[in-house]
Amino acid sequence: MHPTSHAPRRNRRLVSGPAPVRWLLIAVALAFLGFFLVVPLVAVFTYALQKGVGAYFDAILEPESWSAIRLTLLAAAIAVPLNLVFGLAAAWLIARFRFPGRDVLLTLIDLPFSVSPVIAGLVFVLLFGRQGWLGPWLAEHDIHIIFAVPGIVLATVFVTFPFVVREVLPIMQAQGHDEEEAALSLGASGWRTFLHVTLPKVKWGVLYGVLLCNARAMGEFGAVSVVSGHVRGVTNTLPLHAEILYNEYNLAGAFAVASLLTVLALVTLAVKKYVEWKAESA
Amino acid sequence: MHSSARRRVLPGFGLTLGLSWLYLGLIVLLPLSGLFLKTFSLSWAQFWDTVAAPRVLAAYRLSFGAALAAALLNAVFGLLVAWVLVRYRFPGKALVDALVDLPFALPTAVAGLTLTTLYSRNGWYGQHLEALGFQVAFTPVGIVIALTFIGLPFVVRTVQPVLEDIDADVEEAAATLGATPWQVFTRVLFPSVMPALLSGFTLAFARAIGEYGSVVFISGNMPMKTEIAPLLIITRLEQYDYAGATAIAGVMLAVSFAMLLAVNLLQRWTHRRFETRPGTG
Repeated sequence: MHPTSHAPRRNRRLVSGPAPVRWLLIAVALAFLGFFLVVPLVAVFTYALQKGVGAYFDAILEPESWSAIRLTLLAAAIAVPLNLVFGLAAAWLIARFRFPGRDVLLTLIDLPFSVSPVIAGLVFVLLFGRQGWLGPWLAEHDIHIIFAVPGIVLATVFVTFPFVVREVLPIMQAQGHDEEEAALSLGASGWRTFLHVTLPKVKWGVLYGVLLCNARAMGEFGAVSVVSGHVRGVTNTLPLHAEILYNEYNLAGAFAVASLLTVLALVTLAVKKYVEWKAESA
Repeated sequence: MHSSARRRVLPGFGLTLGLSWLYLGLIVLLPLSGLFLKTFSLSWAQFWDTVAAPRVLAAYRLSFGAALAAALLNAVFGLLVAWVLVRYRFPGKALVDALVDLPFALPTAVAGLTLTTLYSRNGWYGQHLEALGFQVAFTPVGIVIALTFIGLPFVVRTVQPVLEDIDADVEEAAATLGATPWQVFTRVLFPSVMPALLSGFTLAFARAIGEYGSVVFISGNMPMKTEIAPLLIITRLEQYDYAGATAIAGVMLAVSFAMLLAVNLLQRWTHRRFETRPGTG
């Protein structure tokens, strides 16, 4: 299916520069990455463990951390499936059909990426806040969205909106739809074709999209910060909890909480690498 | 080439079309149009008094200036990192390649906490910089560093695939005709990666303008000096000044849309130049 996409280039004379230049460029690039990425990564765990393993687990297991973990998991558990379903539908639509408004849809899907997280929170305050469009009605019916859990979930859904589409769409486009047409002409139903032909072809892209979506959902700070109201033990997610601990000069505690999110980031990267390796060897 | 009649053989057009627009409308378009309506409900004087206030102007200047500086830094180092990853072999390359995405996966608040602690007076970097007479944390330099961290993957990840797919024939031809490696780079390679580089630069710039989590910790948040525009929106909200928050956000949103448009045009330009070649789609 992939004809001459990557012809052997081993013996070709590509520009690489003389050896000293090569080593200098590699050294500068690695120094830059080490300085900006590796040292901060090491620092998170060093600061988290600076008071010992006991203090580390105490900081993670105390009730307010637990409630932050629960809320973070809840927001992700709602945002990720919603955006997964939308992502698959939109990717199928855009990859398989030409229709008026296709380019507009494609551009609008990226909107949440280009909006500041703070603005993402603000739009929900303007809609559901006490002085917002629906504020009086919500107050009358005693429904709390802003400074409550629903607001946090909404803001999380908004900021993680494009992730799955963005990962799945290029793969669906690259793979074409000959196999789907074959399945359909052999009498398979649309759903069956989607589940047994399309989904297996794009599963690694779906997995990576879900993981990125999840990492952002659990780590979102700006948007959630605007709508949360920072009620300890009630509307604090993990990143907000880390901020509070930091502002109380509890550095070890803040970094213990941050280290959980860092592990999540590292797992996400590891799966990405695995997905790429799978895609190349397929 | 598939005819459009053949495409419509596939099922699910109506369902996915309806679902996509409905969900997009409810989650993204409706809330954002609320912000626009609110912006337009302000009187011109109200809007202008907010947006042209010295403190707000200082915040815009800082947000845009620091974002620009960080995006420029990322353009230079991102191109270098992409080049090194595509063209050279060295031990640990796969690990380094994976690590480039760290700023995408790491929550911004974690980045903010960590960079602030590293660069503060007693931190691993801060204590040495202090000895040399530099202060980074709680200054605009600290903001640029946080934004550089956040934007780092954009340029690398847009330039890298283009660099990988450059047709070796052109390069070889240039070398055979007697061009020096530097000439091949500046005359053949650089023009080819230019659209991707610009697109990565714009993405990093757009992201940095609105960035909040990684910056609030390291910036120190002094009005007129190190207060970024997104923080000012939050400050106004905390004072229940919805109109003020909306006006500040409206300007930022307009700029974001302009950037989004620019990125789209740039990417179309890039695709026209590279996607027609077999095997690169």
